[in-house]
Amino acid sequence: MLVLLTDSANLPQVIHGPTSIFSPAGTPAHSIFSLSMLVLAVTFCVFLIVASLLTYAIIRFREGRYKGEAEEPPQIYGSNQIEISWTVIPILIVVMLFLASARVIFTTQDAPKPANALDVVVVGHQFWWEYRYPKYGIVTANELHVPVSDPRNPVPTFLTLTSADTDHSFWVPRLAGKTDLIPNRVNSMWIDPPKAGLYLGQCAQYCGVQHAKMLIRVYADTPSQFAQWIKDQQKSAVESASVAEGREVFEHNACISCHTIEGTVATGTFGPNLTHLASRDTIASGSVPLNAKNLREFIDNPANFKPGVLMPSMHLSNHDLDAVTAYLMSLK
Amino acid sequence: MATDASFGNVLAGEAQTAPSKSALQILHEWVTTVDHKKIGLLYIGSSLLFLVLGGIEALIMRIQLAVPNNTAVSPEAFNRLFTMHGTTMVFFVGMPILFGFGNYLIPLMIGARDMAFPRLNAFSFWCTFFGGILLYLSYIAGSGLAGAGTAPDVGWWAYAPLTAAPFSPGHSTDYWTLAVLLSGVSSIGSALNIVATVVSMRCPGMKLTRMPLLVWLYTVMSMMVFVTVSPLTAAQIMLMFDRYLGSHFFDTQAGGSAVLWMHFFWIFGHPEVYVLVLPAFAFANEIIPVFSRKAIFGYPAMVAASVGIGFVSFSVWAHHMFTVGMSAGANSFFVLATMAVGVPTGIKIFNWLATIWGGRIQFTTAMLFSLGFLFQFLVAGLTGIMLASAPFDWQLGNSYFVVAHFHYVLVGAILFMIFAAFYYWYPKMTGRMMSEKLGKWQFWLFVIGFHLTFDLMHIPGILGMPRRIYTYEADRGWMIWNLLVSSGAMIQTVATIIFVYNLVWSYFKGKVAGPDPWDAWTLEWAAASPPPPYNFVETPVVESRRPLWDIKHPEDADAYYE
Amino acid sequence: MATTQYGVLTRQPLEPWVLPSRGVVGMLCLILAEAAIFLIFVVAYIYYEGKSLSGPTPAEVLKIPIFSTICLLSSSITVHFAAHALKHNKIRQTSAWLAATVTLGTIFIVWTGMEWHELIYKEGLTIQTNLFGTTYYSLVGLHATHVVIGLLMLSLSLVFSLLGWQTAKHENRLEVLSLYWHFVDAVWVVVFLVVYVFGR
Repeated sequence: MLVLLTDSANLPQVIHGPTSIFSPAGTPAHSIFSLSMLVLAVTFCVFLIVASLLTYAIIRFREGRYKGEAEEPPQIYGSNQIEISWTVIPILIVVMLFLASARVIFTTQDAPKPANALDVVVVGHQFWWEYRYPKYGIVTANELHVPVSDPRNPVPTFLTLTSADTDHSFWVPRLAGKTDLIPNRVNSMWIDPPKAGLYLGQCAQYCGVQHAKMLIRVYADTPSQFAQWIKDQQKSAVESASVAEGREVFEHNACISCHTIEGTVATGTFGPNLTHLASRDTIASGSVPLNAKNLREFIDNPANFKPGVLMPSMHLSNHDLDAVTAYLMSLK
Repeated sequence: MATDASFGNVLAGEAQTAPSKSALQILHEWVTTVDHKKIGLLYIGSSLLFLVLGGIEALIMRIQLAVPNNTAVSPEAFNRLFTMHGTTMVFFVGMPILFGFGNYLIPLMIGARDMAFPRLNAFSFWCTFFGGILLYLSYIAGSGLAGAGTAPDVGWWAYAPLTAAPFSPGHSTDYWTLAVLLSGVSSIGSALNIVATVVSMRCPGMKLTRMPLLVWLYTVMSMMVFVTVSPLTAAQIMLMFDRYLGSHFFDTQAGGSAVLWMHFFWIFGHPEVYVLVLPAFAFANEIIPVFSRKAIFGYPAMVAASVGIGFVSFSVWAHHMFTVGMSAGANSFFVLATMAVGVPTGIKIFNWLATIWGGRIQFTTAMLFSLGFLFQFLVAGLTGIMLASAPFDWQLGNSYFVVAHFHYVLVGAILFMIFAAFYYWYPKMTGRMMSEKLGKWQFWLFVIGFHLTFDLMHIPGILGMPRRIYTYEADRGWMIWNLLVSSGAMIQTVATIIFVYNLVWSYFKGKVAGPDPWDAWTLEWAAASPPPPYNFVETPVVESRRPLWDIKHPEDADAYYE
Repeated sequence: MATTQYGVLTRQPLEPWVLPSRGVVGMLCLILAEAAIFLIFVVAYIYYEGKSLSGPTPAEVLKIPIFSTICLLSSSITVHFAAHALKHNKIRQTSAWLAATVTLGTIFIVWTGMEWHELIYKEGLTIQTNLFGTTYYSLVGLHATHVVIGLLMLSLSLVFSLLGWQTAKHENRLEVLSLYWHFVDAVWVVVFLVVYVFGR
């Protein structure tokens, strides 16, 4: 009961936040938002009518009003006319809501893909996200960069979703509804953030121990920012003599069997691509801010931040830890 | 001449003076019993035990989620908790407690001596009971004798491929699948028994059109069990083949499909909700008329609506799968089918309203819980309509909104009606009334706790909080809601403790009930409280839907109106 | 007069009161539940048809089992005659028809055994080989399990009949068993069509 009241009366005040479905940004989230307002209004009216009738009946026909009357009330067994009327009205409401829903389903799911749309392949892994930009030859992880889509000249981003292991679900509430990532299956969805900024979300399908810390960060960049970002990401990893020792450590440990750093011997694909690790704001799938201290601690024992993470503790000496941290922090 | 006095004496029989027995004899009697009433009580007792376990699991989860980045339990432990909580509550509390009431009441209500297959009945109970024990054994032995125990952690719907050997090493998932399989066998046995009893054991004059609505709804529910629990059983067999024999039903690396498991699971999973809610409707159909002092309004419509819900519920399963990438056409179909369930459900709510209308409402604890049920089920139905709208579900699916919605059904509707059923039939089962004073304390505390928890739980879902996460970020604005939700859980715990205390206290100190404490109308109130093993001294003969009403009001008997 | 007539205590039923046999109702319920289980296995079989990542395929290794199918289906007729004979208390006829049923069923199950032996040792197809193996052995195996259970029950009935322990008053039990056996046959029709006719 309460929730319906708060939902509709205080909506603007209460229901906002970085991941609120009622702060839509972009076409899919907006059309869902409008539909949900309609559904909420209809259901709220139904609630109001039926609940008032119930309340009235409970007060009006309470036993206390009939004290002293031993008689049972008149027995009424039913009425076909009444039954038909309260069958027909719900049917009309259902048909109305169905048509409204079907419209949004078709316009969202079957939206034509414009020629200038950006394609990104999203691969879900146990507890992190892999993003591939086939057109640009970029592979990155956990922080998705897309261009802002000006409504007058839309540049939507079409995501192709699949999974490397278990089921996951891609959900950035302010941009669009969720779509599952399922092994052996390819799904798709699209987003078109109209304003530059950071949009948050997280995995919405239970995928194993660390389902909770499989966070999503979508950066909507202005066209020039996005072009610059693409250019930076296409480069091979920077090489600097000052961190050569760290690179040595990296290449002579098991790191390389899971991680890729373009331009080095590291070509593993089980873990996130680290070619431009230092260009990101976070590590551990968006759950830890990236700085030298956190990174060092993470490499030392990832389970400190994310118990259940698949990356093992590397048992490096303090010296090696410092070196490899310095190396990774140089990968802008 | 039939009078009040004569039916009490003749049908209820003389009170038995039993010789005192040793504890071992009593135990032996209960373990070997095939009496439907004793088996019913065994079902109810074992369900209460598992209800406490499942409740404790829920409480630990709420403690963990009360504040962000909490470390009260590890992620592994949390995942086990929600898996065990869901599995326990659905398979080892919900199903058995409802079958327990059905077992106890159906033969009494149709004037039969026992169920059609008493030994099958005992078999079904012990299957469920040991299934539950097996599930909890996993805490000791889950990963095999070599490792420490682990409970299953794959979630109660156990999506593939998380259940496959590479992702679920050890034996914890095997415990889950075997326990659920046992529960399924038990449910099918019980349902078979109920249908055979209803078809073949009715007393003379008890035509189908005269059966109490409770019996009708249990029959519909049982028919649904055959068609819904069987797919789950089949899917469990496949999963076991995968895990034990190395087959590839749900092995995505060999071309198997994760989506197929989803289909199979939800072909069971969604009708299962109706399997659980129909008995709750059944209780409401008996309790609301008696405490409104009026016959149920629209008996044929109620039967038709139940059968309608049964049929429609088989075509709605994929509304759990709006986000797996079905075509727009398929999504639209499941929107329509799902919303269509709202129509028969609406009919039911309106008929209950019309039953109350013009009555003389007695606010017993049983009636209070039933009235709470009406309001809460209304809300649950409406949030269900929201989730049925596929685009809305793309946002709300797998969020805390869904958790709030289905707990509104499972707690706000089903558990409330189970409490009502306890207050209503406890006198029949034990011969003593439950304390109304404690009952009202329990009711009001539970209502407050329930609404605090489950009303507010919708909001983090709207704010983007997915379910099944063991902790969350502090910057999302979810904390205040989670804190309030958790505090509501504490209040519900207190109310439940009062309930359990009331059960025990009333058994020894409650007012003696007599055969018919509520001045009710169906046949079970013509038997003694508690009924003797043979139920009725003589097989009753009925001529209307409310045989006891006819005796009490010969001048205005229902039988005139047939 | 009316007041006594409309009471729960009325001694005489106003009309004859006959209800269906609980055994038959119970068996029909079981059949409904079992049918749902088989349906799921059939759906899995059809869903995975042609989706195996490696061979062998059904077309390469399956032969249409015409003879054993005829045997199994005709056993439905013989069991019907057995139940019919028992109803009229013709015990020797009952035994004869039961023996025929058990023989026909055994031929079927032996044929299945031979088919599996050939598939496993000659064609190298096991439940682990591919999706075809997985769904084929599960579906056919599930049905074969039902045949074996039915054969055990029918043999028991045959033994009782030969020993003279089974008489016309057990007619209802054999009736229930024959219902089960008809169901097992009906399932085979579906399995036959799905696996051997359309699935090849």
